[in-house]
Amino acid sequence: MRNLKLIIRREYLARVKNKAFIVMTFLSPLILVGMIVLIAYLVNLNSEEQHVIGVNDESGIFVEDFDSSKDVKFIDLSNIELEAAKTIVKEKEYYGLLHIPQLQENKVPEIEFFAKEAPAFGFLSEIEKTIAEKLTNRQLLARGIDLEVIASSRAKVDIGIQNFSGEKTSKMSTYVKMFFGGAAGYLLMMFIIIYGNMVMRSVIEEKTNRIIEIIISSVKPIHLMLGKILGTSLAGITQFLIWVILGGVMLTVITAISGMSMAELHGPQQQAMEQISDNELQQLVIDIANLPMLLLLVSFLVYFIGGYFLYSAIYAAIGAAVDNETDTQQFMLPVILPLMLGIYVGFFAVIENPHGVVSTVFSMIPLTSPIVMLMRIPFGVAWWEIAISIAILFLTIAGVVWVAAKIYRVGILMYGKKPGYKDLYKWLKY
Amino acid sequence: MNNLLVAENVSKQFGNFTALNNISLEIPRGSIFGLLGPNGAGKTTFIRIINQITLPDSGRMLLDGRALQPNDIQHIGYLPEERGLYKSMKVGEQALYLAQLKGLSKAEAKERLQYWFKRLNIEDWWGKKIQELSKGMAQKVQFVVTVLHRPKLLIFDEPFSGFDPVNANLIKDEILQLRRDGATILFSTHRMESVEEMCDYMALIHRGNKLLDGEVNEIKRQYKSNTYEVGLMAARPENLRKELEEKFRISDTEFKSINDDLKLQIQIEGDASPNELLTFLTSRAEVNHFVEVIPSVNDIFIKTVTTNA
Repeated sequence: MRNLKLIIRREYLARVKNKAFIVMTFLSPLILVGMIVLIAYLVNLNSEEQHVIGVNDESGIFVEDFDSSKDVKFIDLSNIELEAAKTIVKEKEYYGLLHIPQLQENKVPEIEFFAKEAPAFGFLSEIEKTIAEKLTNRQLLARGIDLEVIASSRAKVDIGIQNFSGEKTSKMSTYVKMFFGGAAGYLLMMFIIIYGNMVMRSVIEEKTNRIIEIIISSVKPIHLMLGKILGTSLAGITQFLIWVILGGVMLTVITAISGMSMAELHGPQQQAMEQISDNELQQLVIDIANLPMLLLLVSFLVYFIGGYFLYSAIYAAIGAAVDNETDTQQFMLPVILPLMLGIYVGFFAVIENPHGVVSTVFSMIPLTSPIVMLMRIPFGVAWWEIAISIAILFLTIAGVVWVAAKIYRVGILMYGKKPGYKDLYKWLKY
Repeated sequence: MNNLLVAENVSKQFGNFTALNNISLEIPRGSIFGLLGPNGAGKTTFIRIINQITLPDSGRMLLDGRALQPNDIQHIGYLPEERGLYKSMKVGEQALYLAQLKGLSKAEAKERLQYWFKRLNIEDWWGKKIQELSKGMAQKVQFVVTVLHRPKLLIFDEPFSGFDPVNANLIKDEILQLRRDGATILFSTHRMESVEEMCDYMALIHRGNKLLDGEVNEIKRQYKSNTYEVGLMAARPENLRKELEEKFRISDTEFKSINDDLKLQIQIEGDASPNELLTFLTSRAEVNHFVEVIPSVNDIFIKTVTTNA
């Protein structure tokens, strides 16, 4: 026990004192924020460019309906021949030319758009919508229907979702659940891959340094292995906590700054808009508050520990089996595959049907259960299902740690040979 | 109880490969014991069993008359052949860490480390990282860590590899001093000179089997062939040579001498005394060289291994 503590301490300090670790811990939140700012800036830049579109409307009915905006400017080229309009557009390097032929008996005309490159999808559908609306109205008028009547008889439906125990939910809540479940599952996967790799590298390091036999003559291999896994996970938790704190600080700073700029912009229009979004925001807050937060947090912790242990033990065994990092490739696939599978099942099957057969089965299989179950929990999972899943997970961990320890014990003293799966199986019996 | 460590019928298989086959050994207290064998003989496996890194399939190890227990690690110091240190850790830090793993308290470990670092003239390395040191320097640190917890049994696997002659000598003297202080030392090596020089006892393993063991001098006595190396000054060497050829088995030999002598190896019958040979020789020629040919450990090693191949 005393040795285990010593090992955990050393492993923890070795990770935390590492320059790369320190740099990554403090730099990656900045990089993340920088990326978001950069992307926002680029998107803004992209849409700031105003496209100029020539409109050749032979009937002259539609052209006035195209309102120029910040993004698009429409120029009326209706009074000239199509070919002449084309040349103008080409010469003046306009973005494109919209050609609407003469209307014939209220039939939908064959509208064409000429451009050097295919225009954005959203842009085209906007134009289609404008023309379709105009045409519809014209046809309605032609058949003697009053537009006012239609406008006043249009109904707006919003289905309110309630579960049987009477709790109100909204469509929004599905997104909220998806977001929280997905974030938890994704975070878990990232943590497993990053810190599992750290465990593996630290095992390989001891082998290449040839210090392993000196250590093994003082401590049991299983203690060394567990010490490594625990020490590294503590380093990971430290990093995580620092990120949470940094994130919190940054969020406060950003909201403080953006809150001020919002206040400056307050006009009557803005207030009206905000009232609408306030309602939605309230709903969002209610939805988040309605999530089983405590359960989510506790199960995140449990699955986090379980999943991390399961995979770290495998990573440690792989590290022990090989001499250098390049040799690990052949063993990586069986580790990455279930993790990816978990994520994909989570993002497709769980979101489609959180309680379907696929989701349920994958939330029981120990290699995928930490990710898949975490994604399911926000949608509400029976406690006994979670209990069974956790029980299977921890039983598997016991088995995997036992097997990994055996491979580890033999592997750390093997040099020079690149082992295959067959060798690993043989080592189990030494 | 004169034996510190006793191995009783220790066997170990790795799959189909027999690493150790029914090995029994006794390592007397306070001795320097040489464990010899060619590469792959099973020396390292045997040592790993002593260190409880590997468990034997059958048989047992007794330390001080008791079966080995996990705590006995504190009484054993092991310098493996494959040895190294953490590259990015400071010398002092990792020496402290390794000493604490052996059961020393931090304060105790620090005090002893300072003593040893001073003794081996390496005090100024304390704050350096291993990657700044040469291989020989790192070996000194490893040596210190091995002996720091004052173990009863010290195991050195090829201890002198990687040392320059000056430092090898320094380490040799330290090992002899440790023996004088009461430690028992097990050497594993295939360098015969060091066994010749330092060991009182030896055992020879080959392909997992023990071929011979015992006191070094006793083994040498068993392997001697009553052969003497002589240098003779005679008026007519050819005649003398012929006469000797009729009485004994002789062969030519070479050794350094300032004279132009007749240099021979003469083997006498098992029960004959060397004095008789000497008397005979003095009556025929002037004897300026007369030495019993004692087989070197190297000779014994090669002879045993090749005859058992």
